[in-house]
Amino acid sequence: MEQKHEHHHDHDEHGSELSEMQLRVRALETVLTEKGYVDPAALDAVIEAYETKVGPHIGARVVAKAWSDAAFKRALLDDATKAVLALGVINRVGDHLIAVENTPKLHNMIVCTLCSCYPWEVLGLPPVWYKSAPYRSRAVNDPRGVLADFGVTLPTDTAIRVWDSTAETRFIVLPMRPEGTEGWSEEKLASLVTRDSMVGTGFAKQPGEVA
Amino acid sequence: MDGVHDMGGMHGFGKVEPEQDEPVFHEAWEARTFALCWAMRYTGVWCIDQGRFAREQLPPAVYLASSYYKKWELGLEKQLAELGLAGADELAAGHALRAGNPLKRKLSVAEVPNVITRGSFARPAQKPAKFKPGDRVRTKNIHPRTHTRLPRYARDKVGVVEALRGCHVFPDTVAVGKGEDPQWLYTVLFDGRELWGESAEPSLKVSIEAFEPYLEPA
Repeated sequence: MEQKHEHHHDHDEHGSELSEMQLRVRALETVLTEKGYVDPAALDAVIEAYETKVGPHIGARVVAKAWSDAAFKRALLDDATKAVLALGVINRVGDHLIAVENTPKLHNMIVCTLCSCYPWEVLGLPPVWYKSAPYRSRAVNDPRGVLADFGVTLPTDTAIRVWDSTAETRFIVLPMRPEGTEGWSEEKLASLVTRDSMVGTGFAKQPGEVA
Repeated sequence: MDGVHDMGGMHGFGKVEPEQDEPVFHEAWEARTFALCWAMRYTGVWCIDQGRFAREQLPPAVYLASSYYKKWELGLEKQLAELGLAGADELAAGHALRAGNPLKRKLSVAEVPNVITRGSFARPAQKPAKFKPGDRVRTKNIHPRTHTRLPRYARDKVGVVEALRGCHVFPDTVAVGKGEDPQWLYTVLFDGRELWGESAEPSLKVSIEAFEPYLEPA
């Protein structure tokens, strides 16, 4: 994928036929460039940033730190914007990043029923399923059914809390730390933290699932 | 607006289908569309809520049948045409047929690292907050034909203010060019049964982020 984006003028021309959308977007970019509104090199840089720099590895580091450092965890749950900035993994966070903690008694899940609001700064761009009609429609009234689609079953006595991201506040789930990880380094802990576990549609990996 | 974008609680869309090892973009044109939307918003010709409203106004059948970035692309074309920034004739020709309008700024490579995170929507308060955590509130039964961030499933429902989240740009006004009109924002928590009736999962609680004009005391 990355290769295709490096030279916008000839991307995808190795294919035999250009799709309608490829043609349409190429025309749009040409028009906007000729009108002086956009610089194609800046478009390349935006794409590169989202393909290589911003992503769930950032959130995983935040979670691993919270699992390892009780004071950081308190700070994160108190004001995630401030705590994540202080951690120095990124240099800017939206106004209101809110971290919510999963426990054996309470499972938090994040959705945006109206569009695709998602904590880009710590998780990168949302996956297709997060933006899809099945997830947006069902997360708020059938969260256990949605979890089943991910192969996740919660104990029946675990309560469910769904956060609908209807404003510019953004949410990240602090998943439960797996057992059997005592003494692990933050780096090793981060390898257990999946994107889905930070959206609330999955759990962190078990120690045996990583090399 | 009461559009098909407001999906919370709708039936019939089927299962969620997660994709293993999903790429950030599936097609090169998706990446270009994403970046074009980003770069055009940077010029200051419209704000994020105007972009959302443009996508919401796509014909319902088009909205539902289009992939995520196709909606972005169609919304972008619509905004460009409405503001006279680029015409359908030019997109059909594949070249500019007229000179561009002067814009406030243009995204440069050097500026990209500074703008790839989300913008700031917090604003100084115009008046004290009307509600505090613990207050019972009822969401208003509103059905504006324009942009709103109060989802249909959470209208005319009683909930509890859980947190005050500061004062923010009000999407309902800024999306239609009526100014930022900053409003207090609250997390309002509802019981599943208040939203979905007796069939709701007993332990379910759902919260929305509600701007003060959406709420009245209950």
